[in-house]
Amino acid sequence: MKNFKIIVLAKQVPDTRNVGKDAMKEDGTVNRAALPAIFNPEDLNALEQALRLKDKYPGSTVTILTMGPPRAAEIIREGLYRGADNGYLLTDRAFAGSDTLATSYALSRAIVKMGDFDFILAGRQAIDGDTAQVGPQVAEKLGVPQVTYAEEIVEIKKNKIVVKRRLEKGVETVESTFPLLITVTGTAPNCRPRNAKLIMKYKYATTISERQNVSEDYIFMYDDRPFLNLPEWNVGDIEAEPERLGLSGSPTKVKKVENVVFQAKEAKVLEADNQNIEWLMKELISNHTLG
Amino acid sequence: MDNLFVICELENGKIADISLELLTKGRKLADQLGCEQEALIIGYKLKGLEKEAFDYGADAVWLADDVRLEHYTTLPYTSITVKLFRQEKPQVALLGATSFGRDLGPRVSSALSSGLTADCTALEIGEHTDKRAGKTYKNLLLQIRPAFGGNIIATIINPENKPQMATVREGVMKMEKCKKPRSGEVKKIDVDKFVKPEDFVVKVIERHMEESGVNLKGAPVIVSGGYGVGSKENFEMLYQFAELIGAEVGASRAAVDAGFAEHDRQIGQTGVTVRPKLYIACGISGQVQHIAGMQESAMVISVNNDPEAPINKIADYAIMGNVEDVIPKMIKYYKENSK
Repeated sequence: MKNFKIIVLAKQVPDTRNVGKDAMKEDGTVNRAALPAIFNPEDLNALEQALRLKDKYPGSTVTILTMGPPRAAEIIREGLYRGADNGYLLTDRAFAGSDTLATSYALSRAIVKMGDFDFILAGRQAIDGDTAQVGPQVAEKLGVPQVTYAEEIVEIKKNKIVVKRRLEKGVETVESTFPLLITVTGTAPNCRPRNAKLIMKYKYATTISERQNVSEDYIFMYDDRPFLNLPEWNVGDIEAEPERLGLSGSPTKVKKVENVVFQAKEAKVLEADNQNIEWLMKELISNHTLG
Repeated sequence: MDNLFVICELENGKIADISLELLTKGRKLADQLGCEQEALIIGYKLKGLEKEAFDYGADAVWLADDVRLEHYTTLPYTSITVKLFRQEKPQVALLGATSFGRDLGPRVSSALSSGLTADCTALEIGEHTDKRAGKTYKNLLLQIRPAFGGNIIATIINPENKPQMATVREGVMKMEKCKKPRSGEVKKIDVDKFVKPEDFVVKVIERHMEESGVNLKGAPVIVSGGYGVGSKENFEMLYQFAELIGAEVGASRAAVDAGFAEHDRQIGQTGVTVRPKLYIACGISGQVQHIAGMQESAMVISVNNDPEAPINKIADYAIMGNVEDVIPKMIKYYKENSK
């Protein structure tokens, strides 16, 4: 039976779907502190596809790769609780301000460092930027083909994989060789929930930065159980060229950010009585808006 | 050199609307920049398509015509675009923010290390001063897009890297033939010199494209329902009313998520952008994401029982009432008063 090496690209994102009034500061910038940090939803769909492959091909491994601040290790644990085997955190101040191109460069360097893989799975896009660019940009840098907008991995036969894509106006089934990068849409099945046993197993899985404050008495635990050690990599570890990272590696610059303000009109407020509605319909007919 | 390129997308053997919208906009941008607009069309049996590209404002058309290119796949399209761009060095390259443009664009930008801005809703030409470097850039493409779930609008620039690439949302720009008919050079690309055999490792084995019966973009009047409509059954009333007045039915994301309406009716940032002459918003509160997709409607009528609903701020008329009471009355009085 075959087994596969699968990498899942995941991002910790502010939950932009439930933006309250305090989410925007007076100056029009985003108050990140007011938004909860979550596992990017479509990355969870991608994780589920990876776990299904692992179910079908026992012996396969699922490794999470995430780039972000030290606290992004939270989503590696979240992945482990749901069935991933391990995870790498890519964190360094030098990554700050990276646009999609610089991000894809850093991720591709880390993937090269991680070694061979059969599949890279990622969410189609992250809800903080909605760009859908990082997946294809990573694939290009690694020189592997890509299948975006995937809804289902249909089957793997010999050295080919069959994937169903969900497009605006229908579905398309494609076949590809691998190694391959696949981005998964939110229409794919939801991720399985956390598993109680895995929570017990990985509760104390941490990166070295997170362990700074752990009391000496517990450090032995990480020697006994190496799976609790979440590898943390910086720029030096992935042998990246610093000028291709962060702001200097980002061709796109933000010139201006504005809070969304819609032009307010003077709405004419009408009570919903017969007289008003008849007047309005007559008005619309007589000025040829209707009819 | 230094021209503006539109990478065209095909739909049923024709140039897709989104690409014609880009050519229309690209014409204006190219005039402002004082450069030419070139269209790149990749596919199979492309004869005749150049005329349409010229009609919408291209000065030159590149054709990559090959049976292996009949259906879009990432790698050969990328190879052709990347090689052509290395040769022609455009200053701006535009694609639709569709599954085509969002698959191809990032791949090309990654190969060329050029900046790409996704899902723009407006494009302008302007200048930028980098105060720290003491440098002023003229004639930059200002790429304007919503970000953070539609809560902010960001203007993005690519000052140093060319081409400045952007994908643009469908339906936000007008599609208009040039007043003066144009014709220009048709340049054929020698496909074999641009692609490698290993570019064809991904094969399309099946395609089911449904021609959606919903035409929100072209509808002069839209009756749109939100979560406040309450149920799929109540949505039926909107269909009846829409049919009576010759309108199309739209929906907010909340209504689609609740299963009241199909996905292809969704209006807003993650759906279609519309600009009808009349937009009747029923039980729609008016989240920014929704308003972003309909704020250019010539007239907005809101039917809502919440006087504080944000939609009322952009409405011309706000009717205070429940959808299920107001719509039957509208049907009744329309019937009585129309011929």
